[in-house]
Amino acid sequence: MTELREGQSFGTMLDGMKKLLSILGWGVVALLGAAAVGMIAVRRGEPINALWLVVAATCCYALGYRFYSKFISVKILALDGLRATPAERLENGRDFLVTNKWVVFGHHFAAIAGPGPLVGPVLAMQFGYLPGTMWVLAGAVFAGCVQDFVILLFSVRRDGKSLTEMAKAEIGRVGGFVAYLAVIAILIILLGVVALIVVNALKSSPWGTFTIVMTMPIALLMGVFLRRIRPGKVLEVSALGFVLVLVAIWGGQYVSQNAALARAFTFSAPTLAILIMIYGFAASALPVWLLLAPRDYLSTFVKLGTIALLAVGIVLLHPTLHMPALTRFVDGTGPIFAGKIFPFAFITIACGAISGFHALISSGTTPKLIARETETRMVGYGAMMCESAVAVMAIIAACVMQPGIYFAINSPAAIVGQAPAAAAATISSWGFPVTAADMQALAHAVGEQTLYNRTGGAPAFAVGMAHIFSHSLGGERLMALWYHFAIMFEALFILTILDAGTRVARFMVQDALGHVYKPLGRTSWYPSILATSALIVAAWGYFLWQGVKDPLGGINSLWPLFGIANQLLATVALCVATTIIIKMHRAKYAAVTLVPLAWLVAVTFTASWHKMFDSDPHMGFLAQARALATGPVTRATSQLIFNNRLDAAVTGALVVMVALVLVESARQWWGILRGTKIVPVKESPFVRTRLVEEQG
Amino acid sequence: MKRIVTSWRVFMAALREIFDEAAYSRFLSRGGVASSSAAYAAFRREFEEAKMRRPKCC
Repeated sequence: MTELREGQSFGTMLDGMKKLLSILGWGVVALLGAAAVGMIAVRRGEPINALWLVVAATCCYALGYRFYSKFISVKILALDGLRATPAERLENGRDFLVTNKWVVFGHHFAAIAGPGPLVGPVLAMQFGYLPGTMWVLAGAVFAGCVQDFVILLFSVRRDGKSLTEMAKAEIGRVGGFVAYLAVIAILIILLGVVALIVVNALKSSPWGTFTIVMTMPIALLMGVFLRRIRPGKVLEVSALGFVLVLVAIWGGQYVSQNAALARAFTFSAPTLAILIMIYGFAASALPVWLLLAPRDYLSTFVKLGTIALLAVGIVLLHPTLHMPALTRFVDGTGPIFAGKIFPFAFITIACGAISGFHALISSGTTPKLIARETETRMVGYGAMMCESAVAVMAIIAACVMQPGIYFAINSPAAIVGQAPAAAAATISSWGFPVTAADMQALAHAVGEQTLYNRTGGAPAFAVGMAHIFSHSLGGERLMALWYHFAIMFEALFILTILDAGTRVARFMVQDALGHVYKPLGRTSWYPSILATSALIVAAWGYFLWQGVKDPLGGINSLWPLFGIANQLLATVALCVATTIIIKMHRAKYAAVTLVPLAWLVAVTFTASWHKMFDSDPHMGFLAQARALATGPVTRATSQLIFNNRLDAAVTGALVVMVALVLVESARQWWGILRGTKIVPVKESPFVRTRLVEEQG
Repeated sequence: MKRIVTSWRVFMAALREIFDEAAYSRFLSRGGVASSSAAYAAFRREFEEAKMRRPKCC
């Protein structure tokens, strides 16, 4: 008895020690995080080291995961490890499959990581590193990770239902319909804008274009290998493809140095736009598995490898950030896109802080693989934290450049001037010194003819990445190779998004048209495939063409439009989440989704208002249309006026649709909270898991 | 050492899942067939439509 008591007191003492150590450990993390965030926030006038951003991000994510996601798991969602998930109950060896949590985590991260967290933060650096960094950290911890986590869990509890299905079931028909339209709209705008990024990265760049063209025969070769020689050995074949791509990048320098070859691979922006549209149509309409599937694998291989390599490079080099904490463009007069920090920093950076698109992945493949409810925290919250870390790396890559160089690359010719000397003088007059000779030397170092007016974010990111890689792995002489590696990496996975996105949108349109006329819904009926593919490509192709022809470079109009569409989809996702939380009788904790929802409504609705009605022609679509109508008339004037009016109409339509969802949701909440409406939670019934007993 | 081996296994399993090698293995074991050019072609046919409907994030 005495021994037992002694044993118990020893155990209690041990628990107490553990608790004390834990409190001390987390206290140190909190202090370190606070110091790093403080350093980023208050330091002015002197460059800071990138490691401060790395430390701040690591501590914020660690604290957010340990405490905030735990609070959500316990107090709101009441994650139940004994409740069987659809992967267990509906296991069919294909879509529904019990999978190791780390495997699901990797799968989910690979699906959510795209060009958004790389491009958005680079563009937002026109305000300086402070606003973007703070938004990425706070946005991810309190909004983006929460959205991904709760939507994943709610989908798991509803047999893996999609966001549109959940919106229809929980909010009503309007919610479902708007979610469907919002998904189509965001896909079309996304595809148009990412295609524009590729065009701006590859125009007049024989080296870059050659490398991307070479990925096609490489993918075909991989396809033949996969089919005939090593069936199913995708990793092995992707590694082989990667080596061949490296050879193509190395070979690209000889193409750019040979006059005849360089001419053959030099395309103007309109020509590249047309080629990309043809590619998108072919990828959607033709059975080109042999090209697309291996390229998809190759792109994933390069993407995951490069992100890991960039993280290592940043830690090894721990570069100094030359961009100031805040630039003069916080007043809204920025050359890359017009608008003040609020609301434009928050729609320019979507992926990396919060992205509505993630809700589609969290309610797509991932919920069908989750083995236990408790794993949704790590997969949903954790994977978004990693995506946010990618955004921090992009911020560092953009800020290691001298600000003058950053603005010279990202500013359109219509603002800074066409001639190198004029552009350099304009940018220097803003307080960011740069000379035409600096830009020429940089262009020479990366193997390009010019780096002026390369709007879109991708070339600036590539220069930053090449700087980090060449200074930490390989030295200055490899700068050109690293730059083209970065361009290839971005263009390759953007093209993959383009073909996958066109097909997904095509399927969605076919599903809808099938209700009108049955054969149109058949995914094997060629007239329907051709018509719907042409429709989708024409839709995003129009936005691409508009961007290519826009005198302000296209990004000024299209990236905010994409940001608004993406954040509006997040608004729909958070409406669904809040409605479910209230139905679960957890209204007192509804602020967890309601606060990010209110923030997104404020951001997106204000941004939409400015984009539609602001009197500054650089900002407001309608003001620009009016300015064009009263200015000198050229052949393109009427088209430019129409484009601006169209952009205003699209923005307005998106806002009205989301406002409808908000009103519908608010009616539901009001009814439930007043007790006039009894709405049951539409979850699948509880079934006890067998996995616990099997494990023993 | 055991932890490193386990971590490596999980890492490789994640890669096999991301790159559809695991899905192909399941396809083979479900049909009780050995890996071959024909089996891989059949797997792609079955798998492609589902895969094509998956969105890729921005």
